[in-house]
Amino acid sequence: MTRESGAFGPFGGQFAPETLMPALAELEEAWAEAQGDPQFRAELDEMLRDYVGRETPLTHAARLSEQLGGAQIWLKREDLAHTGAHKINNALGQVLLARRMGKPRIIAETGAGQHGVATATACARFGIECIVYMGEEDVRRQALNVFRMGLLGAEVVPVKSGARTLKDAINEAIRDWVTNVRTTHYLIGSAIGPHPYPVIVRELQSCIGREARDQLHEKIGKLPDVAIACVGGGSNAIGLFHPLIDDPVRLIGVEAAGEGLDARHAATLSAGSPGVLHGTRSYVLQDEHGQITEAHSISAGLDYPGVGPEHAWLMLTERAEYVSVTDEEALDGLKLLSETEGIIPALETAHAIAYAAKIAPQMSPDETILLGLSGRGDKDVEIVRDALESREH
Amino acid sequence: MTEPGHRYREAFAASASRDDGPLVFPFLIGGFPTPEETPDLVRAAIRGGAAGFEIGVPFSDPIADGPVHQDAYTVALAAGATLDTALDAVRTARETDPDAPITLMGYLNPFLSAGSSEDSETDDPGGAVGEPLEGLAKRAAEAGADGVIVVDLPVDESDAAREVFAQHGLSLIYLLAPTSTDERIAAVANRASGFIYLVSLTGVTGARDQVAADFEAFVGRVRALTDTPLAVGFGISRREHVAEVGKLVPAAIIGSALTTTIASAPVGDRAAAVERYLEVVTGHRSEETSE
Ligand SMILES: Cc1ncc(COP(=O)(O)O)c(C=O)c1O
Repeated sequence: MTRESGAFGPFGGQFAPETLMPALAELEEAWAEAQGDPQFRAELDEMLRDYVGRETPLTHAARLSEQLGGAQIWLKREDLAHTGAHKINNALGQVLLARRMGKPRIIAETGAGQHGVATATACARFGIECIVYMGEEDVRRQALNVFRMGLLGAEVVPVKSGARTLKDAINEAIRDWVTNVRTTHYLIGSAIGPHPYPVIVRELQSCIGREARDQLHEKIGKLPDVAIACVGGGSNAIGLFHPLIDDPVRLIGVEAAGEGLDARHAATLSAGSPGVLHGTRSYVLQDEHGQITEAHSISAGLDYPGVGPEHAWLMLTERAEYVSVTDEEALDGLKLLSETEGIIPALETAHAIAYAAKIAPQMSPDETILLGLSGRGDKDVEIVRDALESREH
Repeated sequence: MTEPGHRYREAFAASASRDDGPLVFPFLIGGFPTPEETPDLVRAAIRGGAAGFEIGVPFSDPIADGPVHQDAYTVALAAGATLDTALDAVRTARETDPDAPITLMGYLNPFLSAGSSEDSETDDPGGAVGEPLEGLAKRAAEAGADGVIVVDLPVDESDAAREVFAQHGLSLIYLLAPTSTDERIAAVANRASGFIYLVSLTGVTGARDQVAADFEAFVGRVRALTDTPLAVGFGISRREHVAEVGKLVPAAIIGSALTTTIASAPVGDRAAAVERYLEVVTGHRSEETSE
């Protein structure tokens, strides 16, 4: 009965209200069973292939690399997965798991709307009731995705508490779960939350890194020198990093520095401190009284004052590095990839591109950067237009 | 130092011998609506018949709370409430009633920060959860608290914390919910001192019209595994709820309904409203005369 530790050194754990604890145990058990069941694996693999379109391509960003004048950059194209981001890998896996557990109702939180769309999609595919909590501010910022969720038959519930963004949507989803836990699976959208969620989400996203590792090997016969991904809660990053963890590859997670680390930002690992939020012990943004402070990023998917516990552990053990780039730099990154490669990335992803653009010129042309292109930018074009317009003034 | 839980034991024993219905413990949020008003509200609650207290510590992200407490925490934090405000409320209650069992109740993260502000060593991210709670335990005990409830510290994660609290003469008060398995009830039963807090329903805090239908069965499952006194909270708002649960457990905790009473009373009349409400809910005054 005594756990007293996270899955990741001092980080992780189950800091949840008692009402939820039996459900977390049930989830842990169901996940372990599913892992050992070849039929579950086969069904998931088939869905990933025939419905999501995996494996996703690995694209050599030749013009981008040439323009930056250093390392060769390869893009792992999660933007080409069904629904346009990596989030579907996790959503489908957890919907299959919820079916195994006989839960007829699924709830989720969403920031950018990508996880909400992915969850609504997976639920539509299996005819499961789907409710998505979304901060009112994000409902405004991501109107297109709100409409998409509606088309997919999901109910979107705007959340009016706090800063009305991702953190508040998670609070509200947890409250729903506390109330409806017997019938409901909480389909959390990143590698956060109480154990076993960070492990489940990591495993479901690890297809990113596994595929990319094999694909790169096939194309250039070696491992990347650097792997880079953006970090909100950290699911696409851990999915890219985890299969490379025992390899001599530099792992770099890029957080959102918003308006700068001395102003409003969402750089939890770079500028936060250890704490407990949403059921897990990790790094958080907080004041000296332990109150969680509001995050800020131009990208709704990175606008979160917590981070997955495994990233806190990778930072503590110095296996991975965490850096941050500002809203402005991310906008430049988005433009750069759009103009050089004909790929409009999500604003979240643009943070990783901006950082790759900083380090690539310092590397040699026979070195390689593997970049997790976590999602496409269609959802963001309005925000980008507004931001670029106001920049001109 | 007296062993943890002596005020709880004495209060429950005295109540059993009086046989006049359950103890009523109001949940008062330290700093709501303002830090200045809290001491008056504490004293008013005692005049109204409070047998003890849960003093709530506001948190920015209260995942087990319904809208009433969410809003109240936001108001309190905006008014400048901190852990110290709640500890001041504990002190006021202790000065006013030397025998009342007083429990500090809150979420883990603000409690963890109490350690790190006094002792920079606890900033070490590698420590167990118990160590950083040392600062909280020390300050809660000094203020006169008897126990601490940590809403998001389940029994599975609690042993280090429980030890730290015990070293300061404090009980770690555990929560059980209708969803708790017998295995989990037994784990709590093995560790509990003071009382066990039964969450009456599957859900967040907030007044409800009725006591949950499966509450009696839930009490039965817990009773079968422990003799520790039980208190019930979540959803209890009316005199008839208190009378009903009082047949099953020796104490009832009133939260959101009291918070609403405070929030909706005019400034200047809040202490009187708290006193009146507690008189009614404890049965010391009939509903009619309160109208
Ligand atoms: C395209 C994209 N990338 C990244 C993220 C950030 O999430 P995570 O850090 O879990 O990958 C999001 C979240 O919404 C997203 O939509």
